[in-house]
Amino acid sequence: MRILIKIIIFLVLVPSKSFSLIEVDITRGNLDPLPIAVSPLSIDENSRQNFEKILQKKNIGAEISRIIEVNLKTSGLFNPLNKDAFLQAPDIANLKPRFEDWNLIKAQALITGKVSFNEEKLRVEFRLWDVLAGKEMIALAFTTVPTNWRRVGHIITDKVYQRLTGEKGYFDTRIIYVAEEGPKTNRIKKLAIIDQDGANNKFLTLGNELVLTPRFNPTSQMVTYLSYFKNLPRVYLLDIETGMQEVVGDFPGMTFAPRFSPNGKKIIMSFAKDGNSDIYTMDLENRIVEKITNHPSIDTSPSYSPDGKFICFNSDRSGYQQIYVMKSDGSNVKRISFGKGLYGTPVWSPRGDLIAFTKLHKGKFYIGVMRTDGSGERLLTENFYQEAPSWSPNGRVLIFYRETKTDDKGKGFSAKLWSIDLTGYNERMVETPTDASDPSWSSLLSN
Amino acid sequence: MKKLRIRNIDQGAIMKLNKILKNTLLIIFACFALSACATSKKTTGQMQGDVYTGTDTVEYLASGVPDRVFFATNESVLTTASRETLRKQAAYLRKNSKITVVLEGHADERGTREYNLALGERRANAAKDYLMTYGISSDRISVLSYGKERPVDSGSNPLAWSKNRRSVTVKAN
Repeated sequence: MRILIKIIIFLVLVPSKSFSLIEVDITRGNLDPLPIAVSPLSIDENSRQNFEKILQKKNIGAEISRIIEVNLKTSGLFNPLNKDAFLQAPDIANLKPRFEDWNLIKAQALITGKVSFNEEKLRVEFRLWDVLAGKEMIALAFTTVPTNWRRVGHIITDKVYQRLTGEKGYFDTRIIYVAEEGPKTNRIKKLAIIDQDGANNKFLTLGNELVLTPRFNPTSQMVTYLSYFKNLPRVYLLDIETGMQEVVGDFPGMTFAPRFSPNGKKIIMSFAKDGNSDIYTMDLENRIVEKITNHPSIDTSPSYSPDGKFICFNSDRSGYQQIYVMKSDGSNVKRISFGKGLYGTPVWSPRGDLIAFTKLHKGKFYIGVMRTDGSGERLLTENFYQEAPSWSPNGRVLIFYRETKTDDKGKGFSAKLWSIDLTGYNERMVETPTDASDPSWSSLLSN
Repeated sequence: MKKLRIRNIDQGAIMKLNKILKNTLLIIFACFALSACATSKKTTGQMQGDVYTGTDTVEYLASGVPDRVFFATNESVLTTASRETLRKQAAYLRKNSKITVVLEGHADERGTREYNLALGERRANAAKDYLMTYGISSDRISVLSYGKERPVDSGSNPLAWSKNRRSVTVKAN
């Protein structure tokens, strides 16, 4: 069956590849990003004035193309060229690019487009061109409410990324995280949500109680997290759209380390009682609770495989923190981490082939990946303190948080979000208005 | 032939002796090194192994009744000093039978957040179990783990971490 699917994919891909010259290889670290020209989206004067009134942006076409440019640059796979060198005007380029001109500035791909104000709506069309082959690769149009203009930029980037790399993008996504403020001994923590590019930050709780480890439902705008409301640490659900919160189940003790199952219908979490933490699931529809592990050691940080058949988790049953994999009914428990040091926070990749983790060895913390049988361990980054990787929905990028060492007086503490490519390249800080930790990446909001 | 054998045995014995001498020398060196460590630890005077033994952060439930016990890295085993502290707490709670307590378990910052929540819970329960064996009813004790969320010392050094690995007995009423 699998072979059959492969053949079909092959047949579908081959003809389109035969006339497109550009291809971005994302399986290795990309040291030679693809030169791409993002022509500002053209806009007629009447539309420009309308959008300026509604959005307080002087030229919305240029703003959208800037979003595309920043997205492409931060992916590490593309090198958006300087607009000063562009010879062709945006409106003419969108009709028919003069490929010799774009070739001259060494662009291999070109994005053009047009923005218009149409019955109170924002209409955007864009085209992706292969400069060397002199061919159009995509042409698409969207219509949406004007306030959605940033998302249009992200959706266009996703389309371009997918066309040029062969994999889905991760730009029309959001990150839920914990915003932190105040002294290290008494941090105030709030749930917050931010676009993948650092825009549109919004705080979701007020900071009256400690909140930790928010995680997105892969199928909806629901989040599960740990709250110390009334000093009772329990797993909660939050609907981001409505702001509704509810406690998950009535456990007689601390519940923590929650995550959704891949279909979004169950929550898997730890329940601690009498000094022992075990893993449980709760079905969100009928509220049936199942005990998955039964061991006197600490069992925590569970994460499902994308097909829902397996669970990886963290346990100290060998004496120290290690990573284990079991079937989703709790049977066939196998230790998979055997390298030097301690291992925690296993998270199954959305592609299914890798498990990301945190490793502590000789006083240093590492973010790494290994295959699901524990082989092929690769450490991506080393630091004084970092943990809790979360996958981008296409499984190409990891986001995690990093804390700084304080000085002898306990000053100089900060916590920030960082992302790194699966290849270990393109490590960068994700800007947040306050200190930040515990990031969780959403699925693609569109398509 | 016999003589030769004897000589062989002798040589073996001499080699063994040499080895023993070398080993004892090594042991003596090790002792020096250890005592050097021990003295440097003594100069801070606040840690034994990596368990905090100082009193900087300790508060008191009543005169002579310390409110907290400390743990080694990744451990939830009660030390001799911890057991002594908890026996004092148990005696105090037996005398004041209306007081209920929360045992707040904590970990240092050198661990992943979720594992540390579980570890804090395990530490607080170690203290709870000990109080119960000294006659304090479980319905007077509740347990709350903060993991690494509420350090008392914001430093990033072994002494600060030792102060933060703790279970604190807090009056709840």
